[in-house]
Parts: sequence; C-alpha cells; structure tokens
Amino acid sequence: MRTEDLFKEMAQSITDGESEKAADLARQAIALGIDPLEAINKGFVSGVNFVGDQFSCGLMYLPELVMAGEAMKAAVAVLEPELAKRGTERKMLGKVVLCTVEGDIHEIGKTLVGTMLSATGFQVIDMGVDVPVMKVVEKARDVNADIVAMSALLTTTMVHQRDVIEALEDTGLRSRVKVMVGGAPVTQEWVKQIGADGYSEDAIGAARLARQLLGV
Amino acid sequence: MTAGKIKSITNPKLSLEILSKEEILRLHTATLDVIENTGIRFPSKWALDIWEAHGAQVDRNTSIVKVPGQIIEDALKLAPPKYNLAARNPEQDLPLDGNHVFLGTDGCGIEVLDINTGKRRTSVWQDVADIARLADATEEIAFHWVAVSAQDFPAETRGLHELRAIWQNSTKHAQTESIYNEVEARAAVEMAAAIAGSRQTLRQRPILSIMQCTAPPLGQDGGSLDAALIGAEAGLPVGFMTMAACLTTGPATLAGNLVVGNAEVISATALIQLAFPGAPVFYAAAQTASDLRTGAYTGGGPEDFIFGAAQNKLSDFYDIPLSMGSFATGAKEPNWHAGVENSLSTVLASLVMSDMLLGAGLLHGSRIWSYAQMLMDCEIFSIIHKVMQGIVVDDETLALDVIHNVGPGGNFLSQKHTLKHMREIFVPQFMDRRPYNVWEEKHDDGRDWALEKARKILQTHQPEPLDPAISTELKRIINSIPVKK
Repeated sequence: MRTEDLFKEMAQSITDGESEKAADLARQAIALGIDPLEAINKGFVSGVNFVGDQFSCGLMYLPELVMAGEAMKAAVAVLEPELAKRGTERKMLGKVVLCTVEGDIHEIGKTLVGTMLSATGFQVIDMGVDVPVMKVVEKARDVNADIVAMSALLTTTMVHQRDVIEALEDTGLRSRVKVMVGGAPVTQEWVKQIGADGYSEDAIGAARLARQLLGV
Repeated sequence: MTAGKIKSITNPKLSLEILSKEEILRLHTATLDVIENTGIRFPSKWALDIWEAHGAQVDRNTSIVKVPGQIIEDALKLAPPKYNLAARNPEQDLPLDGNHVFLGTDGCGIEVLDINTGKRRTSVWQDVADIARLADATEEIAFHWVAVSAQDFPAETRGLHELRAIWQNSTKHAQTESIYNEVEARAAVEMAAAIAGSRQTLRQRPILSIMQCTAPPLGQDGGSLDAALIGAEAGLPVGFMTMAACLTTGPATLAGNLVVGNAEVISATALIQLAFPGAPVFYAAAQTASDLRTGAYTGGGPEDFIFGAAQNKLSDFYDIPLSMGSFATGAKEPNWHAGVENSLSTVLASLVMSDMLLGAGLLHGSRIWSYAQMLMDCEIFSIIHKVMQGIVVDDETLALDVIHNVGPGGNFLSQKHTLKHMREIFVPQFMDRRPYNVWEEKHDDGRDWALEKARKILQTHQPEPLDPAISTELKRIINSIPVKK
C-alpha cells in the first residue's frame, strides 16, 4: 500500500471510531518504517479534525466524537514506544490533572471531559473520583500540570473546589496552573467567588476552554 | 384556599397502555439477568453484609453484588403495596394506594430567581422556608421536596436545616432528597420523631420520607444506602431514584435504558426489604436521554415523557408506589419550552397514575427556582386533573331535557342545568383570555400574574406554626452534629 493510502485509511479508522483498526494500522506503519510522528499528524489527526468539523456542522454527534477519541488513543498507544525509541515525542497542548473532588463519586461528566481533552491534544492525568484535596495538589506539582480540572455534582462537595484552589495558593502553585471547574451546580458566579479561571457546562466546551486558558 | 385541602388526580377515566404484559415481563427478566450476572455496585459495608447474609455473591474489593433473581423477587414481595405518607396535619395525609396522583415541588436547586428583584442568585435557607410556605398555601402541592439548597449553612448539616425550614413553614408531608449519609439520616429521624411525638408514632405516621439517587449505570452511592437503611429502620418510607440516561449512563435504546434503571432501583429496594422486611418503600425514577450533541442533561424531551409513562407500569408490576420525575423543564425561563415539557411529561406520568409527581418550580434542569414557574406548574397540574376526569355519560350529563327545552337557535346560559354544572368547567388563572386590545395595552401575561400571586401569598399566608419547644429541639439535634468552621 502506498503511504498516502495508509494515511487515508488511518484517518478513516478514526472517523469510523474503529479502535482495533486504528491500532492495527499503527502497527503496519511501524513495520513499514514510517515516522510515527508523521503517522499521527498526517494520518490519524486528519480523522480527528474531520470528526471535529462534522460535529461543528451538526452532522456528527457526541458518541462519534468519543469513539474517534478512543480510536486515536489506541493508535497513539501503539506508536508511543516507537516515538520513544526514536527519541521524539508528540507535541501536546498541555498537561491536565483531572478529578472529581473529595466526597463526590460522580464520574461520567468528568470522564467525558477527559476524553474530549485528550482528543483535542491535551495530556490528561485522570485521578478518578473522590480525590482528596492534597492529592490533587501533589499530583499537579509532581507532573508540572498546566491545568487542574475539577468536577462536583453536589453543593455539599463543590466547596472542595475552593479548598483545592486555596491549597494551590498555600503551596505556591496557583500562579503556575489554570483552574477549570465543572458540574451541575457550578456557575459563573461560583467561578468568580472561588477564584477559578473558568467553567463549562459540557465536555466540548471544556476542551475549548482549556485551549483558551493556555492560548493554544 | 384552605391548608387542609389537597388536590389529587383520582378515579381517572383515562388510561394508557404503553407496555404489554409480555413486554413488562421481558423488561423484568432482562433486569434480573443484569443483577444476577453482571451485578450492581453497593459501596457500603452495611449493604454488603446484608447481601452476604442473604446468599448473594459479594465481591468486597469491587463492592459488586450478584444476586440470584429469586432472592430479588422474594424480597420485593415483602414490600407493602399501599401506605400513607403522613402530614403534620392529618387532613393532609396522602394515601399511596394507586388511585391518587399527588404533586410535589422539584429539588434540589442551587439558585433562585428572586421574588422581588427577578435577579438570579444563590439559594439560601430563607428560600427553602419561603417556598415551603407558598407550597403550604397551594391546594395543588401535596408534599415537599427540598426545593433549593440552603447554601448559607454548613455542608454537614445543610440537609437538616432544610428540613427544619420546611417543617417550620408547612404542615404537609416532607420527602427529602438531600440527606446522603448515616449521620444526617439519624438526626433527620430524630427530628421527625420529635415532631411526631415519639419513634413509635413516627413509625405509624411517617411525616418524613427519604428519596435517594442511584449511581448509574448499575451502581449505588454508599452514603445514600446507609441513609436509606437508617430511614427504613425507623419505618420511614424510602425510595431509590434512577436517572439513567440514554447514551451516557444507559444504552441508546429506551428498553435497554429501562433495564439499567430498573436494575438499580429494584436491587436497592430488595436490599431494604432484606434488612427490614415489610418496610414501606417506593420506586422513584426520572429517566431521560442525554443531549446528542453535548451529552448534557436536558430536563425534558419525548424520551423522558415515554419513560414517565413506562415507569409506573414497572412499579405496578412490583406493586409498590412510584415517585416520578415530571415537570422540571430544561428551559432557562418560564416560556414556551417550559410549557411544552412540563405539560407533556405530566400528562403522560398522570395517565398511568404515578402516585407522586415531582418537579414543580425549577428551571434549567432542576437548577434555578422560579416562583412564577411553580404556580404555573400548579395550573398545568390542575388542567391535567380536569382532563383525567374524562367524560361522564349518564342521564344528568346527557341533558336531554335541557336540549329539548332550548331547541334550535336558543342558548343555554339561563338554564338551571347550566347553573348547576358550570363550575365543573375549568377556569384558568394564568392563561390570557382577555380581549386583544387589553393585552396590547398592558403586554403582561401569566408569568406576571403567577409571580404577583406568589408575592401575595407570601405576604399573607401564615402556616400552622410548629410548637416553639419543638423548633428548639430540632435546632438542638442539628447542633449536636460537629461541623468544620
């Protein structure tokens, strides 16, 4: 197969949300000695862009976006060891530490935000749910995060979003990270009150916000 | 407007068969398949101990429980099919007997459209109190949910202060959806017992019921389970609500989503029966479809309306009452969107005689309280109440004598038969039936009138007060719980 055709198939596997196909094509690229960065940027990423455009026009829906994101992840996972071997790495838009706050087990919105962020090109460190305040702060420091993103569904747990911001301040990290918050009870007023940098009511908006906050 | 009177839909002439017996049985069998083979997560030590003692397969690491269908079926048979939700004023007791549909407020919002300024702001304790007092005055609202969050009180005791606000401002039944842990649940029971007189009278006359949310897909919340068990132990009616949503927390198909939701609700309900056989329980649901573009909660849509009709068929199959999410529009303000959603969701849930309807008053997917919306929702309920009476056909209503009397070309305005029956005809409060020019001059509408009515009620309505000694006792109970500064 010509490299051009392989790139087209790669893009198509993302558009179709076929994770196994995408991983398979990534393996073929390695076997053919194709530069993994090229495989990503000229192959798979075109699929992501296509899905993004179709979504913006209202022709594709969220499940298609999620499946494209997962197919992309599968392809990159195959290519990563090869990238490392060659001493190159994929340029990411930024590092995001993501969690649902302490005392709160609501997962789905947070996970969806993670999927959208990684599909957009962010490196996402998803800490899961019910994450203690200091664990979030330590992780942000350890990985040198650009963004801390926190979800909460309850007014009683939402207060921990403020606790994390205060702890970031106490540890001198606040000026180095942007803070995004989300969840049903979160409003613009809350963002202002706790000194966060922004919020979104849905996952796609969250990915847009992350780009805005970092100017990428 | 007397506080004792409560309007309910009863003896309906309309009905709806949305699922056949065979279809309900298939949903049930599929549900048992899920509970037995894939399992449900119960992250509570207490719950896992109960399951283990009754022969379920329990994984202590994942908290996932797999239960043979027979255990679930046998446990559900222990649940009482009928019981009363008691009120501080016994005239306001609500029989959950399958022949009544009662309306409650929505919950738990986080903001309020201020009744005086119209501005959106964070909800506080006084809002809970005001809404309860307004609900106390309306004949349509039969019971309370905690309508909005008392965010000026600490998280640890907020749910208890909210209950105090309701009890100090209304004699009607309170169903809390905002108590999610053992400590608060124990205190809530103690508060309810203080009002009822004793733990024993509370058991006979439960003035409080407890609604907990499941954690879809196929999970429960640990604190909620413990709180429900505490409630059931005290004889308070408890219910589990699923909000499993097509696309995100449930399959895209309606039947599949019903299976997910049903598995959550009946597994939790069976747990309560295993722990406290014969405890009053109810089924609760507000299933929906996530928005195809954003995945977000919508607050309404044709799928929600269908679920509203289907869910009572399921709870009837298990022979327990249902608390059904209706109203609770996704609209941002009281408008066309709100009118369509709240009417359709409520007509479908009423056609199948859902015992309790939730959702009056909140906008934007149960986030923003509107006093105008609340009273307009009451009017929607009244319209459906009228519709559900259908057409009575007998000698009196056929009115043959009167028709012969008036004959061709006359009119019926001055007939005694007309005088006798005219008050059966519905008179709206918030529909604009004025001449065009009157409207053109003022440009006001139902929203303005509803708000005006709410203001007037809040200025004048004094609920039957709670004994000051009991109020003091409620505060003492709440203050015994330590809170972080």
